[in-house]
Amino acid sequence: MSIKRFFHRSRWDDERARELEAHLAIETDDNIARGMTPEDARLAAQRKLGNRTLVREDIYQMNTISFLDSAWRDLRYGARLLRLNPSFAIVAILSLALGVGANTAIFQLLDAVRLRTLPVKDPQQLVEVRIGQTTGGRTGSFMSRRPMMTNPLWEQVRDHQQTFSSAFAYANVGFNLTNGGEARYAMGVWASGDFFSTLGVPVLLGRTLTAADDRRGCQSPPAVISYGFWQREYGGSPSAIGRSVMLDGHAYDIVGVTPASFFGVEVGRTFDVVVPLCAEALSRGARSGLEKPDVWFLAVFGRLKPGATLEQATSQLASVSPPIFKTTLPPRYGAEDAKNYLTFKLAAFPAGTGVSSLRRDYESPLWLLLATTGLVLLIACANLANLMLARATAREREVAVRLAIGASRGRIVRQMLAESLLMAAIGAACGAALAQWLSRFLVEFLNTDNNRIFVALSLDWRIFAFTAALAAVTCLIFGLLPAIRATGTSPGVAMKAGSRGSTDTRERFGVRRVLVVAQVALSLVLVVGALLFVRSLRNLMTLDPGFNQDGIVIASLDMRRTGIPPEQLPPVFESITARLAALPGVESAANAFIVPVSGSGWNNSIVINGKKPKNAVVNFNSVSAGYFKTMGTPILMGPDFDARRDTTTSEKVVIVTESFVKKYLDGQDPIGQGFQIEEPPGVPRPLFQIVGVAKDTKYTDLRESFGPIGFFPASQADEKDMSPFLQVVVRSSAPLATITSEVSSAVTEINGSIILQFDTMRNQVRESLLRERLMATLSGFFGALAGLIATIGLYGVMSYMVARRRNEIGIRMALGADRRDVVRMVMREAGLLLGAGLVVGGVMAVMAARAASTLLFGLQPGDPSTLVMSAAALGAVAMLASYLPALRASRLEPTEALREE
Amino acid sequence: MPKRGTAPIHGDMLQGTLDVLILKTLALGPAHGHTIAYAIERQSDDVLAVEHGSLYPALHRLEDRKWIASFWGTSENNRKARYYRLTPAGKKQLTEQTNRWDEIVRAVNRILRPA
Repeated sequence: MSIKRFFHRSRWDDERARELEAHLAIETDDNIARGMTPEDARLAAQRKLGNRTLVREDIYQMNTISFLDSAWRDLRYGARLLRLNPSFAIVAILSLALGVGANTAIFQLLDAVRLRTLPVKDPQQLVEVRIGQTTGGRTGSFMSRRPMMTNPLWEQVRDHQQTFSSAFAYANVGFNLTNGGEARYAMGVWASGDFFSTLGVPVLLGRTLTAADDRRGCQSPPAVISYGFWQREYGGSPSAIGRSVMLDGHAYDIVGVTPASFFGVEVGRTFDVVVPLCAEALSRGARSGLEKPDVWFLAVFGRLKPGATLEQATSQLASVSPPIFKTTLPPRYGAEDAKNYLTFKLAAFPAGTGVSSLRRDYESPLWLLLATTGLVLLIACANLANLMLARATAREREVAVRLAIGASRGRIVRQMLAESLLMAAIGAACGAALAQWLSRFLVEFLNTDNNRIFVALSLDWRIFAFTAALAAVTCLIFGLLPAIRATGTSPGVAMKAGSRGSTDTRERFGVRRVLVVAQVALSLVLVVGALLFVRSLRNLMTLDPGFNQDGIVIASLDMRRTGIPPEQLPPVFESITARLAALPGVESAANAFIVPVSGSGWNNSIVINGKKPKNAVVNFNSVSAGYFKTMGTPILMGPDFDARRDTTTSEKVVIVTESFVKKYLDGQDPIGQGFQIEEPPGVPRPLFQIVGVAKDTKYTDLRESFGPIGFFPASQADEKDMSPFLQVVVRSSAPLATITSEVSSAVTEINGSIILQFDTMRNQVRESLLRERLMATLSGFFGALAGLIATIGLYGVMSYMVARRRNEIGIRMALGADRRDVVRMVMREAGLLLGAGLVVGGVMAVMAARAASTLLFGLQPGDPSTLVMSAAALGAVAMLASYLPALRASRLEPTEALREE
Repeated sequence: MPKRGTAPIHGDMLQGTLDVLILKTLALGPAHGHTIAYAIERQSDDVLAVEHGSLYPALHRLEDRKWIASFWGTSENNRKARYYRLTPAGKKQLTEQTNRWDEIVRAVNRILRPA
């Protein structure tokens, strides 16, 4: 036997047929020669040759690979069956496509965010260097997405590490591309000289940055741009090389373009432009962190030397840590901070999959969603299994006949599985296509104006393997059971049973009941989960955050290009705020150093009467007069700030929140009390006099409980430390577009070099609840889908039961049962199944919800009211669905039902 | 499906014997199936009646192993017929299997007719 013959097996068969025919002809001739009549001669020849078909079959068997041959025939048979019953095929394939698509889409995101390694050379050699386990936290300023190291620390690591072949530090930054007016940002990276060489990223065009480009004090450094930025800004023209790009008002010469696959080392982000680390001083000027040992803004990566291990790197870093931290000890640190700082130890952490805040925030929600979609698929499979069982029952006689005339059980199971496999494969293929669309939709969902994320959604072997495995598993689940059961009854019983309508065997029907109970149970788990997430989101959206988010526009102003020296900024800020407050349609306006729920913060330890209280860390803000009115946060005690009264020379004042009073002042009258901010020895510690108390308000995010906050008047801010950024909150009932254009023109009139950006408080709050919204939306969708499928399942089983028990019901009615009795009987049956499912599902839901407890807000995972609501909703829909078959059963005409006998 | 190579004679006596008989018949010259069947019967003085039905699968098997080759030709009474001829590999097989047969006959005889 050979493969070649396998493909030509039918031609071979023809050949043999002709040969046998020739044999007969010759034998017949001989027989005639011996004196027989032609008819007798032919018959005798045929007798002598025996069963020609059998001979041909013998030879055919030798030529074929029987498994492949029968598999192919089974598939064609399966396809014919599907074509014969298109509505079944469409429902089956559609539900599988939805299930597989959702699973694949979530898995694709997980793959991109969690599993895949960075698209650089030998990613497994990459490690991140940061401070390992510490007893106390770091203090100072933190100013990037990954503020792990300071520049002095990085320089020490670079000079003293021995286990890396090379290392680099980087920080992300938003570069403003415009010269004035509304801001347009490019996602930038400050990277030390060996960034590209350490990562081993080649260049598409021009050259990458080298150590020679990164010299302290650089004045006109080069820039390397990403493929996306090159396409977007320069139309992919090679002439982009040599052009210059303005970033934060400084010109950078473009020297190279990176390949499209490279998105940096942060998964979930991409970049537009990379410039040398020395350029940080250009953008930040006097606020540059390059020389400051307490400005944390860098992340440090190294590539292990060949043969070096992570443990070796960590122990080498630990051994050089004491001198490194001694050399870089910030002089401003107080005794406690300094003691803490000197105990720090550097360590190496695997970084082959890059670093990612997206991963931190979304890894567990994604796993949870994967579990959810897995359950949906399982429920869909159970439903299909039920449908297949019904079909198998309909084909019982056919199967029985085939078994009776000698087909093996395995052969029939294989044939029935082929049909399932075909559906699973088509469903999976549609699902994979759907997933491409779904995963992009999910990424779009997570993408916001203030938080641009980028996920490289490519198809790799993992995704194909995942989808293929899903198809195989689903096929086995919904195909194998019905196939095995269909061939399980002995032919005699099946044929007898089919001929006369008896009731179904209890055992056979039992499997279908179990399947429905499982569906109800699993969908209750999903409905409970969905309701928990939806209610968490609702709790967050309806809680009183301490401010009124509606009608507030946040204008962020960047003054760096105006050239106004820091000490002259306060009066400019004051005039801008006053000007904006006077605009028509504006109710009030105030500036705020920190806008609530924006994610930024400022805190410090306080000292009361010379003593540091327990949990002394307090959040602070610096706001101008009118802030409380603008935000809608009531002042409960004392007056608002007044710029004329609260000046840099007058007594320092502060307005604190209720929680502050409760926590630190034991309910004493707060007015007239005071506190100091803990400063290192030698630094003056002014006393802040409490002049008012405001209602509690949220600070960094909505999920936190109210904590102590101190508000300082902006008019008393230290002029020397003045930041060139200003945020103005504006309350107005006018449409957003009107307000922004009015504010825009007013600001430009004051100074044309001010760069502006707008956001609304409402949007800020919305974005801070993105993860909750994602979970509520998706789990809600999947929960509803699961409930729907389970309801259809219950409906199907009940209808089937009614159909199978027609004559029983007919007899009951003939004997005097009225329609209500019949309805009651069917509903009792359905209620039993539903009840069992709800009980099992309730237990499972309580256990499963624990996995989600960190994602909930204002609810316990086992929240009884949620459980009851979910069970009631699911139960109501399911009972409604079983009422239809019950009604149909009660409308049965007894005479008709019995006549069919 | 039979294994490739020499099937042990004791395992499937008849089939193995038929194979070698076909080879021997073809050693005299090319022939078609009908001729082969009658040739074997005649040569064995009608002791061995070849079942025509099993002849063709055997021919197919031998051809599969490349011991014989086939072509279409015309029979003595002007019928189209498929002819078979021995290949060099088949010739070698014939010698081997004849020797093997002799061995077996000797061995069986030693048992049946001890000296």
